[in-house]
Amino acid sequence: MTKRPKQAAPGPLEYLRRWPLQAWLVMVTVFLYAPLLTLMAFSFNDSKRNIVWKGFTLKYYEKVLQNESLLTAFGNSLTIAAICTLVSVILGAMTALLLWRFRFGGKTVLDGAMALPIVVPEICMGVAMLVFFAKVMPWPGGLPWPLNLGAIIISHISFSFPFVAVVVRARMASFNRELEEAAKDLGAGEWMTIRDVIIPHMQPSLVAGALLAFTLSLDDFVITFFTSGPDTVTFPVKVYSMVRFSVTPEVNAASTILIVLTVILTALALRFQGTDAVAGGHAPDPKA
Amino acid sequence: MEQSWRKAKSVFALVLGPPLFWLVLFFLIPLAIVWVYSFGTNIGLTQIAFTGTFSNYVRAIEPLYVGIFIKSVGVAALTTGLCIVLGFPVALAITFAPDKLKAWLILLIMLPFWTNLLIRTYALIAVLRDEGYVNMTLNWLWTHAGGLMSFAGLKPLGDFVPLQLLHNNFAVVFGLVYVHLPFMVLPLYSALDRLDRSLLEASLDLGAGHARTMLQIVAPLALPGIASGILITFIPALGAYLTPDLLGGPDSQMIANIIERQFKRANDWPFGAALSFLLMYMTFIAIALQSVLAKRSAGPKA
Repeated sequence: MTKRPKQAAPGPLEYLRRWPLQAWLVMVTVFLYAPLLTLMAFSFNDSKRNIVWKGFTLKYYEKVLQNESLLTAFGNSLTIAAICTLVSVILGAMTALLLWRFRFGGKTVLDGAMALPIVVPEICMGVAMLVFFAKVMPWPGGLPWPLNLGAIIISHISFSFPFVAVVVRARMASFNRELEEAAKDLGAGEWMTIRDVIIPHMQPSLVAGALLAFTLSLDDFVITFFTSGPDTVTFPVKVYSMVRFSVTPEVNAASTILIVLTVILTALALRFQGTDAVAGGHAPDPKA
Repeated sequence: MEQSWRKAKSVFALVLGPPLFWLVLFFLIPLAIVWVYSFGTNIGLTQIAFTGTFSNYVRAIEPLYVGIFIKSVGVAALTTGLCIVLGFPVALAITFAPDKLKAWLILLIMLPFWTNLLIRTYALIAVLRDEGYVNMTLNWLWTHAGGLMSFAGLKPLGDFVPLQLLHNNFAVVFGLVYVHLPFMVLPLYSALDRLDRSLLEASLDLGAGHARTMLQIVAPLALPGIASGILITFIPALGAYLTPDLLGGPDSQMIANIIERQFKRANDWPFGAALSFLLMYMTFIAIALQSVLAKRSAGPKA
């Protein structure tokens, strides 16, 4: 917080310049960040017991980089997130276009059904996927990578694409229909209008939606926990099994890598989108 | 300004087909199967007979499970309440911050939210466990205070007993608040940001204090935003699995943990299915309540 001690007293609504609110903000920030920052700091700590600071080391990062199963899990997570993002953006954009543009019977029902994956508790969706892939559509075992990740990818797409649809639809609300009419007047057909007028307008929200889908997929533990098998472990599932045993600097190191990756992704989002991509794209408010 | 689907059938078919196919096959059908299972009976290890029985639901109203349901609702409500208390001043600060600072403050709140849930939970374990940072700090203070007291001629304090901060209900609520706070701040902020500031100024001019302005002017006007913040926090908190699993103790089981156990360890899928649908119904009730509230508060204005 910038200190401006010799200024006039804060105006009636300048709440940010009042000390109780500043103190509160600092407290909340400490609450949110202290655990993560200490976690990152202690990944460099040269002590197995992870309690007292014994000196700087990178050996836990070396360990992480030599940990085959952790690296495989990390690769799996990134692959799943990438494929899930691609498919979710396509499906989400289609859904948004459908619900934004067309009038048809059963639209309200479909609209509600599309909101279901957003509101249904993760655990319910997890068990539904478990049952589905156990009884209805058993995912064949022993497929070559990355096909063996199919079940996880499918379930990730199922909960990601409605989020993308919400983001894209919000963007389409600001579309000027006259542009479309102009395109049609100038002789563009339905397809050409979509390609040259509507999709360019959608574009920022497609990027925001993609980032959202990527994070949702990378972040998911519960649903993956129910769909992953012994050969298809993702990073969160792997970390979960490590955490169950103990708190080790190795987990700290692996977590730090992922946190840094998250920060880089967020910075990229900011670069391309401004803060809207971070905040606007991430307000999961289906009602809004 | 929507157009009828008949005017552009091929486009309509293309944008309807794939999402509908995906939603039905990979979401609605799996849920429907779970729903059917909830009326089934286990016969043998992997066989489930669809007997149309309600016994799974009857079993769910045994005191043990009702207790867990009530407890889960209580924990989620407490979490939501604490998130409002913690988050409201933050949302207020963001709302009335200068534009440039505003963006950074939003980022400050959102960044932990983008971080992996498992990592955040793990970070809390490291903070709260017996050898965690909180207990270490307390231990240090204790020892030094003990030294100081014996120096002053008083009886020294006994050995430091670490506070039991992990594996109990406190840790679960702490963890849920930690995880869900950003969920609350954003809708609160977007509601506060839409407020007509002259109303606040008028209230302050006319002699109401800040607290009274908040309670009597801001809170009622921001009610829809507060309601959606409550919903967005309450629903995931109610269905939380990871936080009670990793931070909770034997008595901190929430609904999701019981469901997981039926599917993975107890191998009683029909009962687990019934419990998941009960959880889903509770979620829907919460959503319905919120939309009724939103409609009512929007009503007089319209």
